[in-house]
Amino acid sequence: MKNRWIALYVENDVGVLAKVAGLFSGKSYNMQSLTVGTTEDETVSRMTICVTSDDVTFEQIKKQLNCMVEVIKVIDLTDVPIHMKEILFVKVMKLDIQQKAEVFQIAKTFDEHGHVRIVDVGPDSVLLECMLTESKNNDLIKLLRKNFKRIEVVRGGAVAIESISTGNR
Amino acid sequence: MDITGRKLFVKALMEEGVDTIFGYPGGTVTDLFDELYKQGTIDVVLPRHEQGLIHAAEGYAKSTGKVGVCLVTSGPGATNIITGLADAHYDNIPLVCFTGQVPLGLIGNDAFQEVDIVGMTRSITKYGVTVRKREDLGKIIKMAFYIATTGRPGPVLIDLPKDIQTALGPAEYPKNVQIRGYKPNESVHIGQLKKGYKLLKAAKRPLILAGGGINAAGAREEFRAFVEKVQVPVVTTIMGKGALPTDHPLYIGNTGMHGKFASNKAVSECDVLFSIGTRFNDRITGDLNEFAPKAKIVHIDVDTASISRNVVVDVPIVSDAKLALTHLVEWAEPKNTTAWQERIKTWDSANPLEMRRDRGITPQMIMEGINKTFEEAIYVTDVGQNQMWATQYLDLNENHRMITSGGLGTMGFGFPAAIGAKIGNRDKNVVCVTGDGGFQMNMQEMATAVIQEAPVVVCLLNNQYLGMVRQMQQLFYGKRYEATCLRRRRSCPDNCKGPSGACPPYEPDFVKWAESYGAHGIRVEKAEDIEAALLQAKAYKDAPTVIEFMISSEEIVLPMVKGGNPMSEMILK
Repeated sequence: MKNRWIALYVENDVGVLAKVAGLFSGKSYNMQSLTVGTTEDETVSRMTICVTSDDVTFEQIKKQLNCMVEVIKVIDLTDVPIHMKEILFVKVMKLDIQQKAEVFQIAKTFDEHGHVRIVDVGPDSVLLECMLTESKNNDLIKLLRKNFKRIEVVRGGAVAIESISTGNR
Repeated sequence: MDITGRKLFVKALMEEGVDTIFGYPGGTVTDLFDELYKQGTIDVVLPRHEQGLIHAAEGYAKSTGKVGVCLVTSGPGATNIITGLADAHYDNIPLVCFTGQVPLGLIGNDAFQEVDIVGMTRSITKYGVTVRKREDLGKIIKMAFYIATTGRPGPVLIDLPKDIQTALGPAEYPKNVQIRGYKPNESVHIGQLKKGYKLLKAAKRPLILAGGGINAAGAREEFRAFVEKVQVPVVTTIMGKGALPTDHPLYIGNTGMHGKFASNKAVSECDVLFSIGTRFNDRITGDLNEFAPKAKIVHIDVDTASISRNVVVDVPIVSDAKLALTHLVEWAEPKNTTAWQERIKTWDSANPLEMRRDRGITPQMIMEGINKTFEEAIYVTDVGQNQMWATQYLDLNENHRMITSGGLGTMGFGFPAAIGAKIGNRDKNVVCVTGDGGFQMNMQEMATAVIQEAPVVVCLLNNQYLGMVRQMQQLFYGKRYEATCLRRRRSCPDNCKGPSGACPPYEPDFVKWAESYGAHGIRVEKAEDIEAALLQAKAYKDAPTVIEFMISSEEIVLPMVKGGNPMSEMILK
């Protein structure tokens, strides 16, 4: 069992999201996240789906998606060079002064190229905005949960695009 | 000049060559029925329940190769066809189903007879859509017929809001349609097919497993030619039965839960299993770890998703059965399989399908009678014991085909599907083999058969029980016959262990019931009357006939494999 990513080009029509989501629930496939938005062609949407599965099930998922009339193209992103980011907001609350400084420090440590920012601060809370990969976001959440009493997490799900030159993930 | 949606609807049906539709009117489709009345050349079959309607359309489609077209109203009309959609989806039957819908502006408001039928049927249709713009109507209907009939066929649902039916829009019905996400497979990877054939060629104990895909693709001729050329023995799934004439020397029998002993043994012993058009359903494989343990498996199927799903195969080949067989026939060279065939014959003669004559009327004797009586026929079965006996004992060949609900196993399928088959094949005998349980699920359709002047012969095997479940209760549940006795009344003792002299009478009286519709009813209680009754029923051309065969409640389907067990562990006695 491991995490894998699929990019899906679908018709930008009513019910297509429900159909794709229904396939996963109806056939007991394990979906981690799904993001969807329109592409440069407004009649086409692109979904990025993260699933946890074994090899056989993953093959079956791709085939079943391919069978759908509304699915235009299925791309397996698991082993290709891609750029992938997930937007994440974390509100860290009930902080004393020392803890606040600690949050700032953590933000700094996780930051690369301005991808973790403090976007709002209150008397006892800090709001982080992160644009990391899904797994780095996981690490950050894990650390914050361990170190602080109350956090609020809002995640956007991963979006991914194939790389032009680099093998960056 | 613009025309209304309802006019375009009828125009589209005409251009698709539809001459018969199965329709039940209601508030949101009255415009369409009105247009059909004005048009006048398309036959509208009015069944008595929408479930019967869609099964009739399935029987019609399966027996004619044409698309079954259904037209029902919104709400309950639409929900009543759901079982049939699932059945057609499972068994790959091309249907185009139109459901009425409340006007666009009312959708989502809990309007009278409003349901989200597209949402409800998403997982049991090949494609489903609500028409939201009048200008899309022509394209959508064209798409529906294209999708329903190509690739792996299946049901398509078009939900038609009432105001779309009356709105003006383009008069054109497109000649063809391009769907960017739908490219049915129309070729075969020759290299892969050769690889599969090479395996077969090298095999010592080769076996061909024929599924419903061969019948669905209309590839029986090619299949027979291939089999005769390579001289490899054949087993079939229930849906594949008839792919090779059942009296063919290379035909062994059905495999699976109620297959022949020799067939299952051959699957267990073969070294190459060359399978065409089957999904390796659990009824065929039993315990997956023990399925064909000594064999390399070649799998040809038109549906990519059916390959390596249940059984991991050695050579996957995505192809329509007919196309693949056309190539295979060319390459095929005779193999010497005499010794292997002899071994299979030994298994078969040690444990043949039994022909029981020891207890009054047996199912075997009824099937034998049917085989003798009809020189050509379309057999349509219901689901349960009757279906297993029919698929075990009826002879199939060029003149005898069978229609059965294989995947979904829908009780109540048989009778309406037989009526649909008769409507599509008025010059042929249509014989429905059914049980007293399943028949009662859709017996209101007797009215349809009578008004359609469709003299279907119904062979009703009455064992006074829901026999297939009763059989499981007898074998695995200590004879606790809960909710399977169809004679049971409130006043019966609590812990009944089977029929006794004190049992209440059976209701209804099927003979009187048939006669009340103006149909014929014959009750057969003695074995010597079987053939005469069948001949009499065959002779009645004015109305349907119900022959009620009174069989023993104790009849069970043998051999059998308990669900989930290996196919080699068969219960034979």
